[in-house]
Amino acid sequence: MTKQTSFFQSISRLYPHMKPILPRLFLGLLCALLASVVALAIPQVLRVLVNESLQPGGATESVLMASLTILVLGIAEAGLVALRRQFVINPATTVETRMRTSLYHHLQDLPVAFHDRWGSGQLLSRAMTDLNFLRRWMAFGAIMLVVTTLTVVIGVVVMFTMSWQLALIFLGAALPIMIYGFRFRTSFSKVTRQSQDQAGDLATTVEESVHGIRVLKAFGRSREALENFNEQAEVLRQTEIAKAKHQATFTMVVTLLPELALGAGLVVGVMLAASGELGIGALVAFFATAAVVAAPVEFSGMLLAMALTAKTAVDRHFEVMDSVNTITTPESPRKPQEVKGALTFNTASFAFEDAPEHPILRGISLEVRPGETLALVGITGSGKSAMLQLVPRLYDVTDGSITIDGVDLRDFDVEELRRVVGMAFEDTTLFSSSVRDNVLLGAAERTEELLHESLDVAQAHFAYSLPDGVDTLIGEEGLSLSGGQRQRIALARAIAAKPKVLVLDDPLSALDVHTEELVEARLREVLAETTTLIVAHRPSTVALADRVALLEDGRITAVGTHTELLAANDHYRYVIANLVAEPRDLDSELSELDAEAEEMSR
Amino acid sequence: MTTTTFGTANEDNAFLSKSDSRTVRRRSLALLGSLIRPVRLRFWLTLATVILSQLARVAGPVLIAFGIDHALPALHDGDNVPLILTGVAYLAAAITTAALTALYVTSTAKLSQAMLLDLRLRVFRHTQRLSLEFHEKYTSGRIIARQTSDLEALRELLDSGVSSLASGMLFMVFTAVTVFALDWRSGLILLGAGVPMYFLSRWYQKHSQIVFRESRVVSARLIVHFVESMTGIRAVKAFRKERENAQRYTELSENYRKVTVRSINLNGIFQPGLVLIGNVCVAVVLLFGGFRVLGGDLEVGVLLALMLSAKRFFQPVDQMAMFYNSFQSAQAALEKVSGLLEEVPTVRPPRNPVPLKDARGTIEFKGVEFRYGDGPVIIPKLDLHVPAGQTVALVGQTGAGKSTFAKLIARFYDVSSGTLTLDGVDLRDLSTTDLRRNVVMVTQEAFLFSGSVADNIALGRPEASREEIEEAAKAVGAHEFILELPEGYDTDVNKRGGRVSSGQRQLISFARAFLAKPAVLILDEATSSLDVPSERLVQQGLAGLLEGVAGKESGRTALIIAHRLSTVETADRVLVVHDGRVVEDGSPEDLISGGGRFAQLHGAWKDSLV
Ligand SMILES: Nc1ncnc2c1ncn2[C@@H]1O[C@H](COP(=O)(O)OP(=O)(O)OP(=O)(O)O)[C@@H](O)[C@H]1O
Ligand SMILES: Nc1ncnc2c1ncn2[C@@H]1O[C@H](COP(=O)(O)OP(=O)(O)OP(=O)(O)O)[C@@H](O)[C@H]1O
Ligand SMILES: [Mg+2]
Ligand SMILES: [Mg+2]
Repeated sequence: MTKQTSFFQSISRLYPHMKPILPRLFLGLLCALLASVVALAIPQVLRVLVNESLQPGGATESVLMASLTILVLGIAEAGLVALRRQFVINPATTVETRMRTSLYHHLQDLPVAFHDRWGSGQLLSRAMTDLNFLRRWMAFGAIMLVVTTLTVVIGVVVMFTMSWQLALIFLGAALPIMIYGFRFRTSFSKVTRQSQDQAGDLATTVEESVHGIRVLKAFGRSREALENFNEQAEVLRQTEIAKAKHQATFTMVVTLLPELALGAGLVVGVMLAASGELGIGALVAFFATAAVVAAPVEFSGMLLAMALTAKTAVDRHFEVMDSVNTITTPESPRKPQEVKGALTFNTASFAFEDAPEHPILRGISLEVRPGETLALVGITGSGKSAMLQLVPRLYDVTDGSITIDGVDLRDFDVEELRRVVGMAFEDTTLFSSSVRDNVLLGAAERTEELLHESLDVAQAHFAYSLPDGVDTLIGEEGLSLSGGQRQRIALARAIAAKPKVLVLDDPLSALDVHTEELVEARLREVLAETTTLIVAHRPSTVALADRVALLEDGRITAVGTHTELLAANDHYRYVIANLVAEPRDLDSELSELDAEAEEMSR
Repeated sequence: MTTTTFGTANEDNAFLSKSDSRTVRRRSLALLGSLIRPVRLRFWLTLATVILSQLARVAGPVLIAFGIDHALPALHDGDNVPLILTGVAYLAAAITTAALTALYVTSTAKLSQAMLLDLRLRVFRHTQRLSLEFHEKYTSGRIIARQTSDLEALRELLDSGVSSLASGMLFMVFTAVTVFALDWRSGLILLGAGVPMYFLSRWYQKHSQIVFRESRVVSARLIVHFVESMTGIRAVKAFRKERENAQRYTELSENYRKVTVRSINLNGIFQPGLVLIGNVCVAVVLLFGGFRVLGGDLEVGVLLALMLSAKRFFQPVDQMAMFYNSFQSAQAALEKVSGLLEEVPTVRPPRNPVPLKDARGTIEFKGVEFRYGDGPVIIPKLDLHVPAGQTVALVGQTGAGKSTFAKLIARFYDVSSGTLTLDGVDLRDLSTTDLRRNVVMVTQEAFLFSGSVADNIALGRPEASREEIEEAAKAVGAHEFILELPEGYDTDVNKRGGRVSSGQRQLISFARAFLAKPAVLILDEATSSLDVPSERLVQQGLAGLLEGVAGKESGRTALIIAHRLSTVETADRVLVVHDGRVVEDGSPEDLISGGGRFAQLHGAWKDSLV
């Protein structure tokens, strides 16, 4: 749970955004004030007009004059209402939009580690619901809060001029309201926060249930998913109701206390009048004013709730905005004189944020020469993908360094670095646009030749026979393609970026042997000038590489050619070669498993 | 029923023809009606509380008047009973008002939350029912948009609308009655204001309807873009798509802003317009009344009362305009939601299912033809018999149609023509429960849900005990790595299983299938990301699973798709698929010696091993 900040502390964070629109907000406020003054004035003016200038047998002009006055006032009221909106709407929506886009910018900027932790529903609810609410609050809630407060203050002052005894009684009610208001603030803020967070989680669940629909269908678990969703939605419902109850109690207090004060005031006032201390006219006027003041006090429950919700929205917004991006371009980025693509790991270590005490990579030292292709081999979960993602700085090393042509990755301009480094992920992340856009995503110039060439290298010729050829829209995440087709598009995308350093995470796993051979044949030409780090689970992929590095227990334990390692390294044989068992002395646990396995196969 | 607006077709179009517009509006209102029906009692109760609290509120001023007019003179005469009575009555009225107000605030929340929960569940249930074919086109972002921002619009209506509408109406009726009682002519003038108000509302309805529709479309686009860029953040970063994305997002949010401003501006004409009409009407009342006062037909006091009432009559108009505004907005949102709910799943459970409790696992394709939607034919004319207990390996080039084959057996899609049967029963005649119990598929995409490892495995059989879960994990060789996770089986795998490596993800999905123990098991590239030793372990686990069916002479039927032919060698039968056709069919040994495609593939694979 985040710490509670005070209301003004939170809201004041909006100031930089609000600053340019403050004059207009102020004008809007003025209009709102004037409009309510006019609305209040109309009955008074009517009274005066009717009583003073209209008598049987009077002049026609006076009727016309009176009607005209009322008409003008009426038009003024409507005009002021319209004007208030005009002043406020554009700036408020501009602020909303600016905050939304800056949130998005920041989110795109934040490191992958941040996104590992945050469900997209949570982020979405911040970008949509929270900001929508904030806009409404700026344009309406905040202004009304000020107007209401002013109305009440002025009203009370007026009441004091009429009868200080009665006004004191009325004011007496304010004290408990204020005290209660503080309590309400704390408790309500808590539930509001809860409900907003829960709504975000619910959105995350929806997102997962749709993205994972294949699994849910494959196991027929839609009902369980629904039950789970139902539970979550039910919790949200309870929270919302709890929230409403808090608000209801507060509304009750702000309705009841002024009324009680008025009741007491009535008795006291009548007694005062009876003893002649107060005129009847003053008594009537007092109650007329009190009625005007009581309505906004009642309204304050709603306005306060709105303000508190806005505060939570601000808190939630800045929670994300305050997360610092740790992967940034340094002040004065460096760049190798000429990018040749020498990739070096210097005792690089890496631990995921959520498990800092268990480094995945421990002191990796490895050199990939310019133009060389190095295969990375290791058992499942040994940290190959983690190591690869360090190269385009999706994660940063926790210790040691990685350099390209002698320049530390952290000294590069991030964008420049990612231009130098191209990547194909093990789960192919495609976007729901055309094949063309997907392939040319990272390309410097998006030409037709490049598209054709990349598709050709990746043996993705099937793209031409899709319904609209390379302009066919592939469904979300490319799921209307076959697994191998998807992988080849992703490969083509990495190739089209024409990077100096290419990191490929098991890029051929979904291809059949035949296609794999074809891809490799073409890929070899491309890789000749590109420094490549490629994760391999099969000898066939290793065949692409000049040398192989073996990753074991977070360290590189051997480097050499495939044949060398095959001859000299037991663990390597165990990992990559079929049907060769790990010798007993090397890794007892694993060999035990093997023993079991042998028994079973006997 | 017009087909142009049925379901989610034409969802992105805000400018509908007159009849289309009417259809979707009706659909949206019907949905709203169906949401209210189960909670109608609470609905009326809420209304009643609102009305009662309004009545209690009126008591206050009446009592004040009574106090001044009667209790004061009585007190002069030394009688303090009326004053005490007034005080007590005022107290009672105050308490009643406050209590009723609190009650309706809570009651409104309960009402609106009940309806929202209902709708949320309906949408969720329906999206789960809809077939993959639909999801491939519709995208998750839109469903999220429906579930979040569209529901939010409804919530706004429910939270503020009901009470303001009811109290506003009541107030107007009361005041109108007062005015008529005072002077029917002025009453008629008041009613006359209804005419321009009606036209203004019509105008507003017509325009705001379009704007709100647009707003739904644009906000959905914004959400879709947002969700997609957040899910694909790695690729976004690696390929420096940030700038392009930011540009697009800025553009979309600007569109959203414009449409929001337009909707607010419409309301900004509508609401002051109503105020204006009201105020003009008051002036007109004064004009006519004034002349009649001059002529002596009307008393000044009455005119004053008339004016004040007339002015008050139009007070709630503000609130009503707000209500109408949120109503229009909610209606546009419900148009979209109801469209989604109207979509008919192409793969439907049968009306009269044929029970099949424990299938033996015989699969038969008879003259099956298949295409995705109206795309090209993927599987032309297929006849195939897979006897129960057989382990069949499907091999072939990528894009040959292997997964499609598998997805047909798992009934992700229905065959376009011909029949596909399990134990002689057409898949389309099996209830979902029976089908899923008997046929389980491990898809090419190993998807994990956020939640613990154990939960993810338990997806295979939710009622499984922890022992059984661990048993399954052991069988596929996942137990060791799971124990090494910080909290073992209770470790949260993060969204999409980001906490574990892709090979580990595959092992967990495999353990799921292992736990499910179906009669027919389909594995689509279930080991593609595994290293050789893990793959071997999985294969041994698989062999154990396929053999061991207690009380049955044959084991489970398995359909294994793999590019690494190590799995295939142990199969009873190999099918070579090419362009959606089975071009070779036989035991691995026969095919290898036969010298066909499989022999070639197998040779190439053998060569690739060293
Ligand atoms: N959801 C879909 N919508 C439309 N076309 C599809 C869809 N899924 C697959 N296809 C097309 O159907 C053909 C066969 O795809 P399928 O996924 O069955 O291939 P596959 O044999 O499994 O290939 P791989 O080995 O690459 O996984 C491909 O041309 C593919 O583009
Ligand atoms: N976000 C994370 N937080 C903490 N630990 C993680 C995270 N992601 C992965 N891990 C752990 O780090 C280890 C290395 O994962 P990585 O994905 O690099 O493995 P890999 O070698 O690529 O395996 P595979 O061959 O299965 O793809 C795994 O044991 C995994 O559980
Ligand atoms: Mg990996
Ligand atoms: Mg496939």
